Amino acid sequence: MSWLDRPASDTQISHRSRLWLYALGVLVLAFLVVPTLIVIPMSFSHSQYLEFPPREWSLRWYEAYFASPSWMRATATSFKAGFLTALLATPLGVLAAYGLHVSRLRFSGVAILALLTPTIVPVILAGIALFYAFVQLKMVNSLLGIVLAHTMLAVPIVMMIVGSALKSFDLDQERVARSLGATRLQAFLQVTAPQIRFAIVTSAVLSFLTSFDEVVIALFVSGGDNSTLTRMMFMALRDQIDPTIAAISTIMIVITSLLLGISQFVGKQES
Amino acid sequence: MTVSPTAIVGPAGDFHAAALRRDAWLERLGLAGLAAPALLLVIVAMLLPIGWLFGLSFRDDSGALSLEHYRRMLAEPSYGRTFRTTFEISLATTAICILLGYPLAYFLSQLPRRAANLCMIAVLLPFWTSLLVRTYAWLVLLQRRGLINNWGIELGLWSEPLQLVHNAGGTLIGMVHIMLPFLVLPLYGTMRAIDGNLLRAAASLGSTPVHGFWTVFFPLSLPGLAAGASLVFVLCLGFYVTPAMLGGGKVTMVSNRIANDIELFFNWGAASALGVVLLVITLVVLVLAAKLSRGAGLFGAGH
Repeated sequence: MSWLDRPASDTQISHRSRLWLYALGVLVLAFLVVPTLIVIPMSFSHSQYLEFPPREWSLRWYEAYFASPSWMRATATSFKAGFLTALLATPLGVLAAYGLHVSRLRFSGVAILALLTPTIVPVILAGIALFYAFVQLKMVNSLLGIVLAHTMLAVPIVMMIVGSALKSFDLDQERVARSLGATRLQAFLQVTAPQIRFAIVTSAVLSFLTSFDEVVIALFVSGGDNSTLTRMMFMALRDQIDPTIAAISTIMIVITSLLLGISQFVGKQES
Repeated sequence: MTVSPTAIVGPAGDFHAAALRRDAWLERLGLAGLAAPALLLVIVAMLLPIGWLFGLSFRDDSGALSLEHYRRMLAEPSYGRTFRTTFEISLATTAICILLGYPLAYFLSQLPRRAANLCMIAVLLPFWTSLLVRTYAWLVLLQRRGLINNWGIELGLWSEPLQLVHNAGGTLIGMVHIMLPFLVLPLYGTMRAIDGNLLRAAASLGSTPVHGFWTVFFPLSLPGLAAGASLVFVLCLGFYVTPAMLGGGKVTMVSNRIANDIELFFNWGAASALGVVLLVITLVVLVLAAKLSRGAGLFGAGH
């Protein structure tokens, strides 16, 4: 009996009768990954049309990117916005998740729902609403405006990640620390925080990425010298398929993978 | 073990008990106050501006209260077309995501843990890769002189470059690609939690594999499918970037129309009214979905 005829699952179906499932599964996985990854070799193509495989390799699109003051300025803006968003959203989200988890008041549910609204409201609506508000407050095209908007989008993500980490954390440990003389703050910093550190690091990374990748709100509230990278990419793509963006895309894929890889690594170290 | 203070001290302790309860309540209130900064931010940066827009949608150009913008939405056929396009694209995307995502999630849920975790990277990597980068990738692949057209012609499948992008078809491909992880992730979680013994029991009672799948496994996976599918549908309704980039101006969803109203026509009233309708539809779908799947895990990052 070959392995093909052995039962493959609890339904006792044989591997042979569901080879189609394996084929389909692999195809769909390829559909998810390949189109994004194929941009990487294409970005090294010399041709305007980004051949694959490139007939002639070149770094010209990377040169075009690094030599352009406007792309560089936009990149700097995106990094600044991302760091500031992570810096703001992580403490705000951790405080909110911890406070609501520990206090268990009757209105906690309402507060949680309110804090999650940014994930429900269509981004386009948030974008124009913020644009309208920022016009009145003369905050359009300011770094502060983007950071506030992105922080608002990132806070629910931090809350969900830290909240679920707190759910599996035994609060009695904090009570023990306090009964031994620690203040609440000390108990949190020395007992709780180290144990949910992985969740905090992950949520900081995801806050950064939320801001770094965000397009729609940036499209409306950023501009001029404070255009974000994604806004400039979107505007550039409206007119033509600019090959420089393949180089930028590759760099963005590398940054995302690196950040997620690092946060996973931190997690592995802990467990 | 905790003993209530009154039980020890008796009637005279009632006063202390009340004081202790009040102290405990005040402490919990203080702790809940830790959420105040985040709450303040969401109120100032989200709820107030949307409330502002809400008010704007009920005013005509002179600033007087009126239902003009909503009336125009009902009267002008172009609005009807926009909403129909939005629903059609969203439904088609959701349907294709189910057709591709269900077998994928099933395939993953049947793999050994380690292999499944490895494959999950393939689902999670695009999930966290910039939406813009992924849409750009499709633009490059599907353009007239792009990879798909070149390969199709080289293989003799078609002779002239096909128009694969800047239309509804291209938009659909891009949207399915972006939405698929949102369907697969909750579905995979639900499938993993299904007890395999139930299927073994079905098999031992004489059920064929296919029968066992449809009568035991499939119904148990439905909550995850409902959660994933409704999430995908809701995210599609408000989707802006991909239709704007891959639709080539031919696919006008509600979001694109809102953006046009602002950018081209500076028509805040019309844009706000559309935004309010979009929000209401989104909320209705979410509430219906929550009723259907009684589910948690309906929240995801919107694009």
